[in-house]
Amino acid sequence: MKRPLLFILAAVFLFLASQVLSPAVFAQEITGLRVFDTPGDGGESVTLEWEGGAPGAILIMRSASKGGPFEEVGTAFGIDGSYQDYVEAGIAYYYQISYQLGAEGYLTAQVGPAIAKSNWFRTYRVNALILAALMFGLVLYYINAAKRGKELYIRRIAGISAIDEAVGRATEMGKKIMYIPGIMSISDIQTIASLSILSHVARQTAIYGADIEVPNKDPLTFTAARETVKQAYMEAGRPDQFKEEMVTYITYDQFAYAAAVTGKMVRERPATNFLIGYFFAESLILAETGQSTGAIQIAGTAAPTQLPFFVTTCDYTLMGEELYAASAYLSREPNLLGSIKAQDVTKALIIITVSVGIVEYFFGSSVIKDFLVAR
Amino acid sequence: MRRTIPLALTFIVGLYPILAFFVPDVRIAHANDWLDEALVIVAAFALPLGTVNVIMTNTSKLKKKARGWQYSIVLLAGLAIMAIYGLIGGTGVDPKFQWMFVNMVSPLQSTMFALLSFYVASAAYRAFRARNVEATILLIAAIIVMMGRIPFGDMITGGRMTPLSEWIMSIPNAAAQRGIIIGAALGAASMSIRIILGIETTYLGSGKD
Repeated sequence: MKRPLLFILAAVFLFLASQVLSPAVFAQEITGLRVFDTPGDGGESVTLEWEGGAPGAILIMRSASKGGPFEEVGTAFGIDGSYQDYVEAGIAYYYQISYQLGAEGYLTAQVGPAIAKSNWFRTYRVNALILAALMFGLVLYYINAAKRGKELYIRRIAGISAIDEAVGRATEMGKKIMYIPGIMSISDIQTIASLSILSHVARQTAIYGADIEVPNKDPLTFTAARETVKQAYMEAGRPDQFKEEMVTYITYDQFAYAAAVTGKMVRERPATNFLIGYFFAESLILAETGQSTGAIQIAGTAAPTQLPFFVTTCDYTLMGEELYAASAYLSREPNLLGSIKAQDVTKALIIITVSVGIVEYFFGSSVIKDFLVAR
Repeated sequence: MRRTIPLALTFIVGLYPILAFFVPDVRIAHANDWLDEALVIVAAFALPLGTVNVIMTNTSKLKKKARGWQYSIVLLAGLAIMAIYGLIGGTGVDPKFQWMFVNMVSPLQSTMFALLSFYVASAAYRAFRARNVEATILLIAAIIVMMGRIPFGDMITGGRMTPLSEWIMSIPNAAAQRGIIIGAALGAASMSIRIILGIETTYLGSGKD
């Protein structure tokens, strides 16, 4: 019983091996070999393309003169293939490819010259340009509409509405407010969004006479946060109440920072904790400690991996786009509200495009799917 | 003038990476790299400011004998000792500095990180209480995902738990995450446009010139 089975298996294996190993079955002579400057790059490469060929290795050789000598630069595989060769810009290069074609032995083909040139636009990013232009146009349109006095509806965001309430609670309890602006530098857009909210919170604490503390992990964020709080106290007409100790630098080490801040939470028991910005693994350590001290907690981040921790441990969480909308929502300035409206309209357009793309894909076409691919 | 120059700089520096994203020319790419390097240099200048602040805050705490002043002694001593050995012997070669880093700093970091497991347990306990329909769905999904991650789950269900767990993670979970990511990306783009155009100035304080 076992012997026939082994015989069948061996036959199948030999058949499959012959399919793979015999180049004569698939291979055909290379035609249409061409070399050209890679479109949309900075002049650092040329691309070779061919039709036909062998399933085995195709040797790519290059020379700066037509007659050679050619030196090996790489190996390509497959029929109807291509190869991108990184070269010096402005020099004419010739290429020779060599491959095995069954019984006919090794064949070679030569092509060239091609010169790598710097291009002025990455053509493969035209989709990003269209989306950016659309959003830019919508922002300008809605800002103008808001300036003309058009009423723009922006949905209520519970987390933002609770900010003033949380400041008021701390004032009534006579306890401190702790504002943690994430652990990233000022170059991160979430940190800038956080500082915008900090500006509003600091103005409220100045008006109510509450105490605020802003511990920092990044030195650049620390200097920016100090200026933000100082400016907010000046605008509130209480520059005398601003104290340098309100905004402090802790350390550049992630977990040492988490240890220091949680220690402060446990010892000083602030009434309100704001955790707004970009966080990593320390998010849960901070939020869970704050939760255990009984503080009202408002968190905000666009980091999807940290959102579940904040949703679980905080009273309010600003998720993703809500974080960026907060400063506009709080200021109620038409200019800022216009950009939020434009953001919502762009999102609606993307939802429609993706939905149409899904339906189109079911019907066997992938035009929208291919267009939306980010490169 | 105090605000005009920063806003003009923000406009130029904010627009440049966008230009570099679309234009592949090497000269533009080099200038963009230079901007990134400039940020590192600025950050290097800001670090001593932070260190000075740490020293001042803790010295003031010691002078006032404020609550928890004993911790300030430990902090200042640690800062001084590490700085002295780092400056004299070098951070990568001095055996004393290395010994302190490997045997003191590193275990403390690991301890803080390890605490996460307990925080995850307490947060999960609160999150998975079946108070309403949504919380119950979350609880069921979490049980399936957790059981799918351990051999016991497959053992009691005849191998069904792992595929089910993978499906939850790669279909509904990934869809929700992508929704948040797309929304956040649009929010970031919208905020960037506001900052580049000088419409959003709250991070500078909302006062005018």
